[in-house]
Amino acid sequence: MTELVVTGIGVVAPTGVGVEAHWSSLVRGEPAIRPIVGFDPAQYGVSLAGQVTDFVPADHVDPRLMVQTDRWTWMSLAAATLAAQDAGYTAPEDAYATSVFLAAGSGGNEFSQHEIQGLWAKGPKSVGAYQSIAWFYAASTGQISIRDGYKGPSGVVVSEGAGGLDSIGWARRVVRRGTPAVLVGGTEAGVTPYALLCQATSGRLSTATAPEDAYKPFDRRASGHVLGEGGAILLVEEPGAARARGVERVWGEVAGHGATHDAHHHADAAPDARQYARAIQLSLADAGITPEDVDLVLADGAGVPELDALELEALQRVFGARSRPVPVTAPSSWTGRLMAGGSALNVATALLAMRDGIVPGTAYLDDPVDAPGLDLVQHSRAQQVETVVVLARGFGGFNSSLVLRRPTEERTS
Amino acid sequence: MSTTGRRVVITGIGVVAPGSMGREGFWEMITAGRTATRRITFFDPSRFRSQVAAEVDFDGRAQGLTAHEVFRNDRFVQMAMVAADEAVTDSGLGLGSGALDAPDPDRVGVVLGSAVGATMRLENEYVAVSDAGAHWLVDPQYASRFLHHALVPSCGATELAVRFGACGPATVVSTGCTSGIDAVGYGSQLIEDGDADIVIAGASDAPISPISMACFDTIRATTGNNDDPAHAARPFDARRDGFVMGEGSAVLVLEELEHARRRGADVYCEVSGYANRCNAHHMTGLRPDGVEMAEAIRLALDQGRIDADEVGYVNAHGSGTKQNDRHETAAVKLSLGPTAQRVSMSSIKSMIGHSLGAIGSIEIAATALAVQRGVVPPTANYAVPDPECDLDYVPNTAREQKVDVALSVGSGFGGFQSAIVLAHPTRRTP
Repeated sequence: MTELVVTGIGVVAPTGVGVEAHWSSLVRGEPAIRPIVGFDPAQYGVSLAGQVTDFVPADHVDPRLMVQTDRWTWMSLAAATLAAQDAGYTAPEDAYATSVFLAAGSGGNEFSQHEIQGLWAKGPKSVGAYQSIAWFYAASTGQISIRDGYKGPSGVVVSEGAGGLDSIGWARRVVRRGTPAVLVGGTEAGVTPYALLCQATSGRLSTATAPEDAYKPFDRRASGHVLGEGGAILLVEEPGAARARGVERVWGEVAGHGATHDAHHHADAAPDARQYARAIQLSLADAGITPEDVDLVLADGAGVPELDALELEALQRVFGARSRPVPVTAPSSWTGRLMAGGSALNVATALLAMRDGIVPGTAYLDDPVDAPGLDLVQHSRAQQVETVVVLARGFGGFNSSLVLRRPTEERTS
Repeated sequence: MSTTGRRVVITGIGVVAPGSMGREGFWEMITAGRTATRRITFFDPSRFRSQVAAEVDFDGRAQGLTAHEVFRNDRFVQMAMVAADEAVTDSGLGLGSGALDAPDPDRVGVVLGSAVGATMRLENEYVAVSDAGAHWLVDPQYASRFLHHALVPSCGATELAVRFGACGPATVVSTGCTSGIDAVGYGSQLIEDGDADIVIAGASDAPISPISMACFDTIRATTGNNDDPAHAARPFDARRDGFVMGEGSAVLVLEELEHARRRGADVYCEVSGYANRCNAHHMTGLRPDGVEMAEAIRLALDQGRIDADEVGYVNAHGSGTKQNDRHETAAVKLSLGPTAQRVSMSSIKSMIGHSLGAIGSIEIAATALAVQRGVVPPTANYAVPDPECDLDYVPNTAREQKVDVALSVGSGFGGFQSAIVLAHPTRRTP
């Protein structure tokens, strides 16, 4: 039984604002990783990021709300509106019938750095009234709920990069318990001095200065990854409720989800990829499908050689016995890693691939590592996509896997 | 409602709270009506409007953490680890022990709530790398190598998963001041839905730092009663003037009922229902009618198929702000009807302050102990009734009372309203 369908997508990403801008940028193979603007990052050993350069907050957010919120929340507010518009969704009469259940990562970085600077440079009275509501991880969820009048059970989960998928897993529990529509996904805005410094201490950021050298998942010259900002918010609905309100276009079904934790080390991934593979297996079992049924995998693609190797090992454990290799692509390579926003954006990308029968390639994948039994997608290609697995990992050992499927009535087989 | 018939019980409790040590120290303190609020000692508060807090005299090393664990983790994670150690030991489950009869690690999940995560460490480190706010472009020379752990609070769930070898679903829940209730609610849902048999669920926050105090100062949410710190938190009293910041952690072991029965575990209580709603009104303001909180309470009771008149105790959010206590009183009247007039309702924030996201789990721990032990903790510092808050707030002295069904409720910035229902294991289910 299908519990959820995706009916709306809102994208605010380095590849563009709006789902079509993002998609055409990916299909054309236009990388969005460029030198950082806004401040000089030289001393952090990092020079590149995927920033959302064509986002004009005032086009999307009421100026009174803008002054109360961080850039991260502006992007969430914009993406939530785009998702609702895409779905033709207006708040139903029953305010409790819509929930906001987002993933968060690092909160309101830029806003908070300004306020904390004021506190330490000038004293407590310089801290403004909005710091208490702009910084904390629930800010975007709360603001969307208030702006749009959604009173359903709302939540915020944090599992670093896995959060975007996990929010969809949690939305299923919300729907099971009687709320028919949930906004899911998330955004992130951490390309700011202090947040970037914090990120840099992970040791996983690439120090390369040329985009083609910086973030190359599954390439022999992979040397870490690049940060990005933005993400995606999607509207998911109980299928009967979506039909009842006359939804014309369903992007896809959420067919299965699995989440595990390595429980191995506070920072390093487990050396056996067992739990990562198990998350994938759980999601397939949940969807009632076998590895043979999967047409495409959107990988986490950490770009850190050891993490890439573990991801390929997990994929080989699950898909290695297939008669034909499963295609694996890593679209984060075009945008940088958006933490909580990244896995949500990959869900959007997967649904677009399904719609158009086009699989985007992996940026700068010039010299792929050996991956027996897997088909690493270097360049975008035309291919029928009925069933997709989207993968995400969060720093510290979070593993998450989501199965998306073409809507039942449209499937040929 | 559980769609699978799987029920959830609490089989372990661990607490790190101000003014006491561990679960039993905490219980002794709150049933004695003793307060742990005091003038802030962590930094010089003299330039702040609110100079009072409920601090934990916490030493991670003395509580069994290694030097590495203390070095790499913010205080909120350290307190969660200590509370979780006590809860897991209490459960008798042998998680992470490597024992042959230990539960299947793949069936153990972690849900940790936190409103503000590693805010204390982020601020301390910020002061170093910015030279006390002198530079916008912070200087990496002075950064510690574990800043990434501090940036994203999911590190707290990771530490617990690693500690107990929990390979099931893990996450941090960050819904502001309802995080602690929501974490236990989500943990229960993982078990109900069959994704885990055991969940280590709780919350932790350590917000007593200059930036947190300053931001609540500005909006006058915290108390200005600096002259009498020990009596500064006065929920439901007409003289209340804001909450007292607190810190701490509580962690529970949630277990599927049959799993607990099979191993003959001692059960504190059942988690019979949980619901959350938003008010879609204002980030910090509450409408006085309490409609959305009442809705959450009604739904949580419905899930457990519990009638309002069965509720014997309400562990209140009771933050001690003017608007909250009025809002909450209205919500309890609206949801419980005539029962509101006879129910015992108390706020332990009067004694241990408001530890933001953590307090929801600490209050669930208090509520579970009240159900198990037949004693209701009081609201301390209660003297002057407020006509708008006219229920029985168990003033100042604990009450012996058999409690079959208890509610714990919370309300937070962003408009979140949560309610959870705990029932005595011997309560007859209809």
